[in-house]
Amino acid sequence: MTFDASHGAEAPPELVQLLTPEGERVHHPVYDIDLTAEEVRALYRDLVLVRRVDMEAVALQRQGELGIWASLLGQEAAQIGSGRALTDADMAFPTYREHGVAWCRGVDPVNLLGLFRGVNHGGWDPAEHNFHLYTIVIGSQTLHAVGYAMGIQRDGAEAASIVYFGDGATSQGDVNEAFIWASVFNAPIVFFCQNNQWAISEPLEKQSRIPLYRRASGFGFPGVRVDGNDVFACLAVTRQALKNAREGQGPTLVEAFTYRMGAHTTSDDPTRYRVAGELEAWKLKDPIERVKAYLFKNQLADQDFFDKVDAEATDLGRDVRKRCLEMPDPHPLEMFDHVYAEPHSLLTEEREQYAAYLATFEGGVR
Amino acid sequence: MSTLTLAKAINEGLRAAMEEDPKVLIMGEDVGKLGGVFRVTDGLQKDFGESRVIDTPLAESGIIGTAIGLALRGYRPVCEIQFDGFVFPAADQIITQLAKMPLRSLGKLKLPVVVRIPCGGGIGAVEHHSESPEAYFTHTGGLRVVACSNPADAYHMIRQAIRSDDPVIFFEPKRRYWEKAEVDKNATPLPFDRGQIVRPGTDVTVLAYGPMVKTCLEAAAAAAEEGRSVEVVDLRTLSPLDTDLIYESVRRTGRCVVAHEAPVYSGLGAEIAARVTEACFYSLEAPVLRVGGFSTPYPPSRLEDHYLPDLDRVLDAVDRAFAF
Repeated sequence: MTFDASHGAEAPPELVQLLTPEGERVHHPVYDIDLTAEEVRALYRDLVLVRRVDMEAVALQRQGELGIWASLLGQEAAQIGSGRALTDADMAFPTYREHGVAWCRGVDPVNLLGLFRGVNHGGWDPAEHNFHLYTIVIGSQTLHAVGYAMGIQRDGAEAASIVYFGDGATSQGDVNEAFIWASVFNAPIVFFCQNNQWAISEPLEKQSRIPLYRRASGFGFPGVRVDGNDVFACLAVTRQALKNAREGQGPTLVEAFTYRMGAHTTSDDPTRYRVAGELEAWKLKDPIERVKAYLFKNQLADQDFFDKVDAEATDLGRDVRKRCLEMPDPHPLEMFDHVYAEPHSLLTEEREQYAAYLATFEGGVR
Repeated sequence: MSTLTLAKAINEGLRAAMEEDPKVLIMGEDVGKLGGVFRVTDGLQKDFGESRVIDTPLAESGIIGTAIGLALRGYRPVCEIQFDGFVFPAADQIITQLAKMPLRSLGKLKLPVVVRIPCGGGIGAVEHHSESPEAYFTHTGGLRVVACSNPADAYHMIRQAIRSDDPVIFFEPKRRYWEKAEVDKNATPLPFDRGQIVRPGTDVTVLAYGPMVKTCLEAAAAAAEEGRSVEVVDLRTLSPLDTDLIYESVRRTGRCVVAHEAPVYSGLGAEIAARVTEACFYSLEAPVLRVGGFSTPYPPSRLEDHYLPDLDRVLDAVDRAFAF
């Protein structure tokens, strides 16, 4: 079967790219962007820091401190580029891998670990950061994001919602329903698909016979494929899509063509289902190295800058590790809290019964 | 005081809720111009506009999923699922998202979403139009599940459901939609989590909800002619159950029959029987008995009179309770 969304290093022709893997700036007739040296350095810092948080979390999982971790390795540019395109008023709906977007929304990285450590299901206030909780059921959040966008529309607010999902999610009914809803209600939403080529062990060929961004046209709105390892292009394309949404032009599907360098989660073993050559090819497109090369070549940053960012990353990793280990287990009776907004007699009864049972143990905890 | 059908009572309850709070939205298939296939939302789009009474695409998961998003933005959506058997495509959004998001957020998010489901059989419909899916939802922590049985309760309960900050599954007995009764809109309604003794009696407690309440009242009237005093309790709320009311009644009468249209096996009656047995063991003169549907898919409509518990099957269960 011929198929142009292949896993190889060859980029398909429709790809929006503003920065080559070698760090050369290229221009695009529709999606171009002017970035100051300071802005580029800030993007570089974001990329390095979120990669460091991710690395620390993988290490914590390997040491038994997290039950599982979904690594973003390789997807930093897609997440930082799109995340930095958002205004404070925009609302983001993530999957469970959007650690880079969370970073852009000001969520403390330690709060991302609670879900994976098993102490809570989400440790941040979505309203405070305009960053919704991680959603594990594949594609469910796309409908929430559309509903939220319909609310923005009703409020007449200058805002949009953005929803993140992967290539596997595009097979889900909910994602297709979300496309339909967004289209018929002209909702101010950006669908941001990170096509990282693999849904656990299943390649894109098991999800689609056409490039994913082309799905949008069947639903009646534009689709764009962007180089997902190019932070400039991800920023430019998402910024434009959000602007269109806020201005009443409805939804856009952005397909960030990228690659998951690690495992789906720390529980799987990608060497069972993909070849090493593929990984090597994608390594050459590293999202961080190309920004570094660009900064160097254009003398926009010196070694001192890179050293400082590295030192900051080291400190951040250390801090995340320390505070992760300090995260206490919740009290057993806390599982009865927050299930309902108003008192529910069944839960009150069960809580009292379990409290009485626990009280039979020394110290009140089993 | 006015005399209303159950369908009209819900309609007027929805109208009152929409007038009271501009954040209340109605959404579902055909709820706009048509006014719903049972006309429960009749006239609401005309008066409140298309942005508040939303005709949605034909996709149940989408109805609930987008309602969740609207609730996250501060709206109070009331979703209509056209028929009971069509709630299953939406079950994922209801069970994995609607029920769990408040807990997931440690209470920071509230989801005041109402899911209205016309339920039960007895209208001669085709497959998937006559089911009783309540146990799927009472089994799910995070949801409130209620069932109205008469116009007055329907009017007040839909308003309470909409005011609740919790997600509410709201069952409407479709074969009772056209039955009329007086509705006092100014009356102080029972609290949302209370059942009600709708016919006092001394010999046996019959517990029912939704469409079976009327059937059980008819059975109680027939039993009275034979000298048996049957107490009928309308549960009204299925999650949580008003166990205080149930236990008090059963301790007084010493016998208990639970009646519902849903299959008996793993149904709500099993939960009630287990609880009553545990709480009222020394007051019981007989085991708690159940009467309900069979462990078959809902049958073709020419057989539904056999499937649905009627007055005689309720009385048969009452007789069995006295035979111990």
